[in-house]
Amino acid sequence: MPFNHKHLLGTQFLSPSDITTVLDTAESMLEISTREVKKVPALRGKTIINLFFEPSTRTRSSFEMAAKRLSADIINFSKETSSTVKKESLKDTVLNLEAMNTDALIIRHSSSGALHFISTFCKSHIINAGDGAHEHPTQALLDAFTIRQEKKSIEGLRILIVGDILHSRVARSNIFLLKKLGAEVTLAGPPPLVPEEFKKFGVDIDFNLDRAIKGADVVMMLRIQLERQQKNFFPSIREYRNLYSLTTKRFRLAKKNAIIMHPGPINRGVEISADLADSAKSLILKQVENGIAVRMAVLYLLLGGKEREITD
Amino acid sequence: MEEKIKARVMDSRKIKRAIQRMTTEIIERNRNLTNLVIIGIRTRGIYLGKRISKLIKELENTDIPVGVLDITLYRDDFSELEAQHMVKKTEIDFSVGKKDVLLIDDVLFTGRTIRAAMDSLIDLGRPNSIQLLVLIDRGHRELPIRADYVGKVLPTSKREIVHVQFKEIDKSDEVLITEPAEIK
Repeated sequence: MPFNHKHLLGTQFLSPSDITTVLDTAESMLEISTREVKKVPALRGKTIINLFFEPSTRTRSSFEMAAKRLSADIINFSKETSSTVKKESLKDTVLNLEAMNTDALIIRHSSSGALHFISTFCKSHIINAGDGAHEHPTQALLDAFTIRQEKKSIEGLRILIVGDILHSRVARSNIFLLKKLGAEVTLAGPPPLVPEEFKKFGVDIDFNLDRAIKGADVVMMLRIQLERQQKNFFPSIREYRNLYSLTTKRFRLAKKNAIIMHPGPINRGVEISADLADSAKSLILKQVENGIAVRMAVLYLLLGGKEREITD
Repeated sequence: MEEKIKARVMDSRKIKRAIQRMTTEIIERNRNLTNLVIIGIRTRGIYLGKRISKLIKELENTDIPVGVLDITLYRDDFSELEAQHMVKKTEIDFSVGKKDVLLIDDVLFTGRTIRAAMDSLIDLGRPNSIQLLVLIDRGHRELPIRADYVGKVLPTSKREIVHVQFKEIDKSDEVLITEPAEIK
């Protein structure tokens, strides 16, 4: 099935068949990273800019590697060393970079919807690498890819997402995507961080982790985002740990062959115990590895081939 | 697009004979068969490759491994393609370095697929040599490429389309020439 999108702004705009196209393409890309020459010429001559207004280790280097393995040229931009510190506006920064004839901009920004705003005036392909608490589509796609790799199919799986749902763009992108592929999604965490409004996305909410984890196929832990937590959403880290940390004992309540996922970076000993994070049940590093193949697929599907009739 | 069948140029018997003849030529030319590996170009090159490997096993009792090559990421016509091509898997679970590679495709036309396949192969290792086998050579080359083993030379016009069908994935073994139907 063709992938008819100009931008990748969020998983909410993708159809189930779009998602399957990305995952199938990523399946083919996986092998390239195991070759001796880890490079194919598919995007030769394309220019991509990594535009990160927020810090990142995994996503930025993963996109950079993905672009390089497809032979595209990629430039890294970070907020601290740019004219953003001289108060240049977001729009001006983007327009100036685009004037250098870019083909795609991979952007992370702290404001939800910043990417949508940029897509209204930008001619390049826009790829969302995380916008505020809105979406982080490639993370959800690589999570789905990793789940599919382990469990063959996503339909009908019981997937539990635990932690700071309120501030999490990863959670939103995952909820949209997993529901589209027919999973049953449950959210767990302290009530102030798990808003009731999420029920409208068709998910269940349970504030009691010991109850929610029973029978889960996949347990997805989220990072406690201390940088976004100006208000006190829970009394103390210690209390959070007692109620919501994934420990070996708690994990025994999930299905026997359940798997653990985490988008990183992990706070060891807070949302997940260190021994569990390093255990064979944890796919955290597999997610990172798969991330490159998934991002190669996204770049290829958006940038490969002729400018098409675009429907979105 | 509607297509009109103009001719059936090969049936299963003719295809079988061509494969047998080419296999004999391969055996004659490659004295050291143990160094030979087959790479089939997706999709129908794979089935042709498997049949030849099986025949070599029957005749010479030598196992020739068969790998699968997808050339989508090496195409030179990305910017001209109307529809997007799905990338499929390359599955070669042996090293091509220092091997005599027998590259196999169903139809040889402009030569661009073979150019892409050779670039891809060389990125995977440094083969000792690369030979090319095709079931049909239909002419109209745009690059200086020729096949070492040819099932049938088939003069065609550029408008015509050559379809090779194998019973592994199609209804039967046959080679057809078709033409896009006139637009009324």
